[in-house]
Amino acid sequence: MANTIWVLVELEGGAPVRSSLEVLGKAARLGRAEAIVLGSGAAEVAPTLGEYGAEKVYVHADAAYDQYLTLPAVETVSKLFAEHQPTLLLLPTTYDLRDIAARLSMRNGMGLITDATDLTIGDDGLKVTVPWGGETVVTATLTQQRPGIVLTRPKAFSVEQYAGRTAEIENINTTISAESQTIRVIETVEVKSEGPALEDAAVVVSGGRGLGKAENFHYVEELAEILGGAPGATRAIVDAGWLPYSYQIGQTGKTVKPTLYIAAGISGAIQHLAGMKGSKYIIAINKDEHAPIFANADLGVIGDAVSILPQLSTEIKRRKA
Amino acid sequence: MKMFVCIKQVPDPNTTVSKLDPNTKRLVRNGVSLVLDPGDESTISAAIKLRDKVGNSELVAVSMGPASAQEAMRRALAMGADRAILISDPALAGSDAGTTARVLAALLKKEGADVIFCSTESTDGYTGMVPGGIAEVMGIPQLTFAREINIEGQKAVIKRVIPKGYQTIESSLPAVITIASGSFEAIYPTMKGIMGAKRKPYSQVSLADLGLEASQVGEAGAREQVLSIGTAEARAAGQIIKDDGNAAQQIAEFLQRYQLL
Ligand SMILES: Cc1cc2nc3c(=O)[nH]c(=O)nc-3n(C[C@H](O)[C@H](O)[C@H](O)COP(=O)(O)OP(=O)(O)OC[C@H]3O[C@@H](n4cnc5c(N)ncnc54)[C@H](O)[C@@H]3O)c2cc1C
Ligand SMILES: Cc1cc2nc3c(=O)[nH]c(=O)nc-3n(C[C@H](O)[C@H](O)[C@H](O)COP(=O)(O)OP(=O)(O)OC[C@H]3O[C@@H](n4cnc5c(N)ncnc54)[C@H](O)[C@@H]3O)c2cc1C
Repeated sequence: MANTIWVLVELEGGAPVRSSLEVLGKAARLGRAEAIVLGSGAAEVAPTLGEYGAEKVYVHADAAYDQYLTLPAVETVSKLFAEHQPTLLLLPTTYDLRDIAARLSMRNGMGLITDATDLTIGDDGLKVTVPWGGETVVTATLTQQRPGIVLTRPKAFSVEQYAGRTAEIENINTTISAESQTIRVIETVEVKSEGPALEDAAVVVSGGRGLGKAENFHYVEELAEILGGAPGATRAIVDAGWLPYSYQIGQTGKTVKPTLYIAAGISGAIQHLAGMKGSKYIIAINKDEHAPIFANADLGVIGDAVSILPQLSTEIKRRKA
Repeated sequence: MKMFVCIKQVPDPNTTVSKLDPNTKRLVRNGVSLVLDPGDESTISAAIKLRDKVGNSELVAVSMGPASAQEAMRRALAMGADRAILISDPALAGSDAGTTARVLAALLKKEGADVIFCSTESTDGYTGMVPGGIAEVMGIPQLTFAREINIEGQKAVIKRVIPKGYQTIESSLPAVITIASGSFEAIYPTMKGIMGAKRKPYSQVSLADLGLEASQVGEAGAREQVLSIGTAEARAAGQIIKDDGNAAQQIAEFLQRYQLL
């Protein structure tokens, strides 16, 4: 029997978010992919999901999913679980889906594996790959026969096209209870940044505590701009108040996978590496030759980032001219 | 108001590279230095600030862990928590996130918590599933990734960090609130705090005290299983150069060679 994999698709500005589509593509490779779309824009988005791998889409276009966090989605997906027996619910790790996953697993007694970078479902069952620290990889499984949840690491998969596939649409017939409308969104405020979004940039130039002081971060911004990329940061300097949280790359920040990642004055802590190790080329500038970042660099430069960064900006401008 | 903060003792991330025991497939905790989770320091600080702002409130630190976790609890008391409760039982070893949430929720329910603080995720297991799990078992809302917290009457209002900015969200109490790391400045224990911690109430409870069965917790209650532990593929060794004044040129050449300009 084919495995059925469910994906809860998140919407932003009326469109499915990339991380949901990435996981949907993976689900389609594992078996029969079915999507669940909830919220105001759901009805419009549902028919487009076939092209990303969905064979069926459950839809509930109710604004309550946008006005109240977590609980409306947990209620509806739990109802779907009571009626159907998918093999697995596959979710990318995002702020909202993480909150939903925690409650769903408790409410329905489901096993749950987090931080997966890959998974297979074979004759011998589910096998989930979970990196652990810098050096270890764990293969884990769920012990129950019933559906479980696997949360995947951001950017673990790429979006796939299933041209011409049309998904069967099923409208979910349900009313969201008052008890689920308790975490109310009062307002959502966007904090705008210039240049390409960190997550999508082909080049990321990041700075860490080795820059010495907040004012020196402009060397990072300048180089990023010249390379058409986005500036990023370690948690150390975000915590120190040099930059807003939106710049943070790593386990508790953003995950980036650019073609080029330049790390300046960054030690290379496991938690930082977790957010950028997938970059194609990594260049590190650090004055300590034993800095762990060097073990992950294609080019490691032992030196002072504060003097090298502006020189590099000048040099690149010269070569590009 | 009765406020609780859930804290955990973890291998010191500054001195130990976490290892998994190939036999038990659990985190190695023997022979490594254990500390209060650094993330929890900021969560405890947020909780203390809120307790003092709301007034007429008590802050209790709770943890599920081995007896050694007492050290971490003492630190929470020295920082300013009013009392501490450790849930410890040999049967709890190997518990998964779901079980951890059920056990903590059983105590929090019994204690009649109004506000429950957790870190967004722990430093060692980092599933981030415990706070939402506690909220679900207790049937209460969860307000996550808080960078600012206000209690207004019987409501909690927080600023929640999201990737593109922030949201203001609210719910009724009781509620679970998770703290976005780095949003609250840590309070460091003073000498007076450390001395005073020794006289603050500290208790230890077992599974039986919470009315839970050993067969539902620990490894027996876990729904996930580690099949094998392997070695991650290392990145091929790169080229290392020392800056002798020409580093900028050498980097630019590297970029040109790989068509990155
Ligand atoms: C639960 C948890 C989650 C975390 N999540 C994240 C996360 O998401 N992202 C993240 O980044 N971190 C995260 N961290 C923090 C992480 O462990 C490190 O503390 C942090 O990444 C270190 O930042 P850094 O490299 O800027 O600073 P440091 O570790 O202090 O390194 C500074 C580096 O700069 C070098 N240096 C100094 N002067 C110069 C100079 N003039 N020129 C060049 N080099 C110089 C030094 O040799 C050193 O290697 C997390 C930690 C925990 C416990
Ligand atoms: C390599 C490895 C992989 C694992 N993978 C999984 C997995 O995929 N699924 C799974 O269910 N379990 C998994 N676990 C087990 C899990 O880490 C433990 O069960 C742990 O008890 C759950 O907590 P956490 O550290 O993940 O908590 P998180 O949910 O990350 O913790 C968030 C916050 O909850 C509070 N909290 C958490 N634990 C406690 C506690 N014991 N006492 C008081 N407060 C607490 C703290 O405020 C903490 O900061 C794994 C463990 C290891 C070592």
